[in-house]
Amino acid sequence: MKHVEIAIIGGGPAGLCAAISAASSGANVLIIERNNKLGGQLVKQTHMFFGSEKQYASTRGIDICNILINKLSKFKDKVEIMTDTTVVGMYEDGVITAMYKEEKYIKIKSEAVIAATGAFEKTLAFPNNDLPGIYGAGAVQTLMNVYGVKPGNKVLMVGAGNIGLIVSYQLMQAGVEVKAILDAAPKIGGYLVHASKIRRMGVPILTRHSVKEAIGKEYLEKAVICELDEKWQPIEGTEKEFDVDVMCISVGLSPLNELLVMRGCEMKYVPQLSGLVPLRDENYETTVGNVFVAGDISGIEEASSAMVEGYLSGLCTAEKIGYKHEKFEELKNDYLNQLDDLRSGAVGKHILEGTKEILVN
Amino acid sequence: MRIDKHPILDFKRGKKIKFTFNGQEIEGYEGESIAAALHASGVKVLGESILKHRPRGFYCAIGNCSSCLMVVDGMPNVKTCITELKEGMVVETQKGKGKIV
Repeated sequence: MKHVEIAIIGGGPAGLCAAISAASSGANVLIIERNNKLGGQLVKQTHMFFGSEKQYASTRGIDICNILINKLSKFKDKVEIMTDTTVVGMYEDGVITAMYKEEKYIKIKSEAVIAATGAFEKTLAFPNNDLPGIYGAGAVQTLMNVYGVKPGNKVLMVGAGNIGLIVSYQLMQAGVEVKAILDAAPKIGGYLVHASKIRRMGVPILTRHSVKEAIGKEYLEKAVICELDEKWQPIEGTEKEFDVDVMCISVGLSPLNELLVMRGCEMKYVPQLSGLVPLRDENYETTVGNVFVAGDISGIEEASSAMVEGYLSGLCTAEKIGYKHEKFEELKNDYLNQLDDLRSGAVGKHILEGTKEILVN
Repeated sequence: MRIDKHPILDFKRGKKIKFTFNGQEIEGYEGESIAAALHASGVKVLGESILKHRPRGFYCAIGNCSSCLMVVDGMPNVKTCITELKEGMVVETQKGKGKIV
C-alpha cells in the first residue's frame, strides 16, 4: 500500500492546477494519470483561449499545457506523478486502486482525494451511427493535432457549439474539406467569433437541422440530413444528401463520474451541467468527507473554468488536511470571483443556475 | 493521409517502423497510437460488433469508449487508440469477445 497526502485523479487542466495549488500550500500530492503524458485534452487544443489573463486568454491550449507543467515542476519535491496509471476503484476505507499499464495493480491510501477525471464525448442516435468514419469531434482533433493524421477528405460536422466550430476550423487548417455544420437548435451554440470565421471560409452553418441517417457498407459514404420543425421533429421532404467520408459528432460531453458514484458521493442529474454530478460545497468538497472535485467531473464547462476550479479545490483540500496557504482567504476569494466572471455570459448563466442545484453547505 | 503542412503545428514524428495488420505489412511512426497509424494507412475498420458483426472504427480516441478494441500480439481487447505502436507489432481485427490468453 502506497501512502500519500493528496491523491489527484487526472492530470488535465483541473488536476494540474489542483496539484500546483495544493503543493504551493505545502501538501504532498500524487497525480495519477491514465495517459502516458500530462495535460489531458489541452495537448490537442491549438486554439487560443478566451477568459481573462489569469486563465491564459489569447494563449493556445497546447502552450497552456506546457506553462502548467512548468509551474508544477517548481514544486518537484512535493509532487509525484504516475502516468500510464488508471484509477479503477475508490473504496469506503479511503483506498484507491489503480492499474499501471495492465501490468501492475496498485493500492493507494490518501488523506484526501481530488477527482479531476474530466468528461467523455456524447453520441447521437440515428440509423447506422456506428459506421467507421463517424467519430467524436474531439477524437478527430486528437487524430489531427496530436498525431498529424487526417480523418478523411470530406467532413460533415454535427453540432455548432464551440467544439464543433473550433474543430471545423482546425479541419480546414489541416487541409480537410468541411461540407457543412449542422445544429438541431435554432441558434448557433458557440461563440459568434468562431462562427463568423467559418462562414467567411464558405462553410454553411445549418441550424434546425439534424442527421436522418448515415449510409455506407464498411464505412461512412454518405450522410442524409433533414430540417427540424419547432418541436424538433424532422420535416418530411427536406432531406439532403452529403457525399462525406467523415462525420464528426459534437453534441456535448458527459462528466466521467463513475468513481464518485462508486465512492458513495451524493449525485444529482443537472441538465445545465450536462449530466450526473456530485453535490459539493463552496470548497468543491463532495458529500463524502475529504473527497474533492474539480473540472468537468463536477459539470461541463470550458478548460478555463476547469483550471480555476483546480486551483480552488487544491487550495481547499490542502487546508482541510492542515496545510493552510498563507494567503488562503485572498486566493480563495480571487478564484471564486474568477469563476463568477467566467460564468457571467449567456452560456455561463445556465452553468451558474446548475451550480446552485448542487451547492450544499 | 498524413498532414504534411500545418499553419500552427510542427509534427515531430518518431522513427519509421514496420508492423502488420491482418498479415499485411504497414509502416507507422514510433510514438503514435496503433489506431492513428492504421488510419494514416487508410484502415478505418478496426473490428466488428460482437452480436451483429457490424464494422467498428474508433470513436473517442482517448481510451473511453472501447470501440477500437483489437488483438495486439495475441492479446485481445487492446484499446488501440491509446496503445503506442511498436516495431514488429502483430495487429489483428478482433472477432467476438476475445479469449483470455
